[in-house]
Amino acid sequence: MLRYLLRRLVFLLVSLVLASIVLFVLLRMLPGDPANALTSVGASPEQIAAARHSIGSDKPLPEQFTHWIGQLASGDLGTSFVSSLPVGPEVSQRLNVTVPLTLSAFVLAVLVAVPAGFVAAYKRRTWYGALLSGVSQLGIAVPVFWLGMILIAVFALNAGWLPSGGFPQDGWDTPGEAIRALVLPVITVALVMSASLIRYVRSATLDVLDSEYLRTARALGSSFGRAMWRHGLRNASVPVISILGIELASTLLGAVVVESVYALPGLGSLLATGIAQHDYPVIQGVLFVSTFGVLIIGFVADLVQRLVDPRLRGRLSGGGAR
Amino acid sequence: MKRRSSLTLWTGAVFAGLVVLLALVSLFWLPYDSDDTSGGRLTGPGGGHLLGTDKLGRDLFTQLMTGSRIALQAGLGSVAVAALLGVTLGLLAAFAQGWFDDTLSALLDILIAFPTLLLAMLIVAARSATLGSAILAIGLAQSAVVARLTRILVKRVLAQDYITASRTSGTTWPRIVAGHVLPNMWPTLAVNLALQFGLAVLAEAGLSYLGLGAPPPNASWGRMLQEAQATFTTAPAGALAPGVLLVLLVIGVNLVADGLRDVLDPTARKDRAAA
Repeated sequence: MLRYLLRRLVFLLVSLVLASIVLFVLLRMLPGDPANALTSVGASPEQIAAARHSIGSDKPLPEQFTHWIGQLASGDLGTSFVSSLPVGPEVSQRLNVTVPLTLSAFVLAVLVAVPAGFVAAYKRRTWYGALLSGVSQLGIAVPVFWLGMILIAVFALNAGWLPSGGFPQDGWDTPGEAIRALVLPVITVALVMSASLIRYVRSATLDVLDSEYLRTARALGSSFGRAMWRHGLRNASVPVISILGIELASTLLGAVVVESVYALPGLGSLLATGIAQHDYPVIQGVLFVSTFGVLIIGFVADLVQRLVDPRLRGRLSGGGAR
Repeated sequence: MKRRSSLTLWTGAVFAGLVVLLALVSLFWLPYDSDDTSGGRLTGPGGGHLLGTDKLGRDLFTQLMTGSRIALQAGLGSVAVAALLGVTLGLLAAFAQGWFDDTLSALLDILIAFPTLLLAMLIVAARSATLGSAILAIGLAQSAVVARLTRILVKRVLAQDYITASRTSGTTWPRIVAGHVLPNMWPTLAVNLALQFGLAVLAEAGLSYLGLGAPPPNASWGRMLQEAQATFTTAPAGALAPGVLLVLLVIGVNLVADGLRDVLDPTARKDRAAA
């Protein structure tokens, strides 16, 4: 296991370096010079050249890259071209919204989807089992922003129970308001997430219910609950864990739409403004931090999978996901 | 079991078919001109307008009909891009050995971890906000998923004994791909592409909602929803109808995919969810 941990850590680092190179190259392939963001429409060539020089976009790419990596290594994400503010503090401030949103939605989705998916499989011949499958089928077809709009209309505009959007100016210094601001966004994300999770949990449970080891355990006199607990749970959780990792990662990154519906100052909205303004340091900073998050999540998911299923320990990554 | 799968298939076909029908009719006939604003702003359903009018006074049902064309174009276009690029990349990765395969797989894994919408935003922002950019962007993002699936499927086929037999009897690789690999992986791939179609429709709606899809005056359902959000309580029809159609289309296509899986792949003929 220790050997695996070391190999997986090396793989994590290599992926991170690889991802940062890809990020950098991809962003530089985008047309439009970042200096355009600094200059007005009718700027003279000299002004543009000066702007390019001031942000270093006139230097050759390898030099720009080493400069960026050097900054990264010392924990500096660079300075925004547009606002001239350092990107690092801005990103960490945004994480204060996005991370609580993502994590609580994730926990809520797991709490809903795991029992619901199990029931949908175990009781698939009953009306409520079928209903659960139907609801999850519906859930994966609902656009997340539309669900948000409906929840706002019902719970904020009509009932007036919760704010319809925005985040308190003082952030987490006013915890009550901050939590109230996040209730609807969390529910929105959790509902969409659990819709697809239910399908995976259901599918994994069906595999277990079909399995010969479960039948053998039952034949040897074990009760259903005990057989499920000792053999079923472990086996069913392997594919589900890898899906959980992917879901968590894509929610962390995909928060942009939900943040836009609820006007939340999160990582996604920072990225959206960065993209609109061709603000490379901001785009790079956000994407680097979130890629880092995604890779860490993958790392943890792989590790947990191997703790649960010793058969996987020989393999480097992946496993179970279908 | 057979009855159930064909029921799924048919329900899906009817749902998606409704939207296709709307799109087809819209090519020949629309209740109003799409820029006819004579109806008055934000009128409710009735009075010559089936679903009322939007905030500029345009007939909502007309907008919905033209929007169905955009949704279908987005789905079909993205899936075409994803299939073309994804299958090619997947084949390459499957035949490649050693470090090239490892690198490609690692890259695909990282790419897949990025949500479609995010990649699409980057690409759309770099080009311009048009339907074409959105389709290209969504298709590119989805091709990573298709490539990974193709790689797995191809490897599975290549490990079979009949491939070895075929090789020893002198069949060339291109002929093996055309004769064994593609036909064997086609059912699974088709089901996945149908699911990708639904995801692409949702992604286009999301992009349009963010203002990065087809520009006005094209009535994308995503942008219609965004425009109607402020008047949800006073004129709910505009904020509900496009969403209902989106859900109808996506559920329809997903059900078709589920039904197809049961029909095309007899080994998986058990009532289980898509994975």
